Amino acid sequence: MSVSGLPIFDIAGSALAAQTVRLNTVASNLANADSVSGDPNSVFRPRETVFSTVPDPGNAGLAGVRASGVIESTAPPVKRYEPGNPLADGQGYVYAPDIDPVAQMVNMISSARAYQSDVEVINTAKELALSTLSLGK
Amino acid sequence: MADPINAGTMAGLFGIHGTALGIREARLNVLASNLANADTPNYKARDLDFATALQNASAAAQSPLSAAVDKTSGSMPSPVDLDAAMRYRVPLQPSLDGNTVDSDFEHAAFARAALEYKASLSFVDARVHTMMTAITGE
Repeated sequence: MSVSGLPIFDIAGSALAAQTVRLNTVASNLANADSVSGDPNSVFRPRETVFSTVPDPGNAGLAGVRASGVIESTAPPVKRYEPGNPLADGQGYVYAPDIDPVAQMVNMISSARAYQSDVEVINTAKELALSTLSLGK
Repeated sequence: MADPINAGTMAGLFGIHGTALGIREARLNVLASNLANADTPNYKARDLDFATALQNASAAAQSPLSAAVDKTSGSMPSPVDLDAAMRYRVPLQPSLDGNTVDSDFEHAAFARAALEYKASLSFVDARVHTMMTAITGE
């Protein structure tokens, strides 16, 4: 994080970047919710974004955030009997990733709300900085 | 600009409002940190106690030592330590991930802090206008 005169933009900006990673992860999970496979080992693994705090070195007490990692779920794939599916294995089973679309949507809404509030912070900070710049006019 | 509030110089020209403006900006930064970390596990929300910070800043500006340093060497007086006024937020309800940020509460606090910043800014602005009137005589 840069040591600038206006750390509020760095802080809110870091949050925007982190929430974008989280939104992308949710999008990838939802997009692959129905991608089945005949081999349980090659099924798509749901991903989850991990956030961690980044203390601002120039300003004690202030902290941004960063998406420190994207972990793959270890939940076993869901086994479904679909003998008509061309991807089915010898016994007629296909394997789908264990993705709960409702949980993903909740994650998406939470992320979008956090993104919105950080945009609001940036807009407010910008407005205040502009008023400060026009001091005495 | 950020946490080192230059109390001495600011106090001379803008009175208490210059000092207050710096502290208000520092508080906005702290609240922005809270909002940015609304989803970070184990993040503990913090806030700046404005009254304590202003008291410390005023005391530092009035201390004879800082004034002496200011006059003899012309260097800036020591910046006020804002860490002494930092407090951890008491969570309204427990959370599973150890995060104590209440997004709605922080939002309200941020909006209020922004308004307070504008108020302080208008006082500083008025002082600038007063000085301009005195200088130009118009």
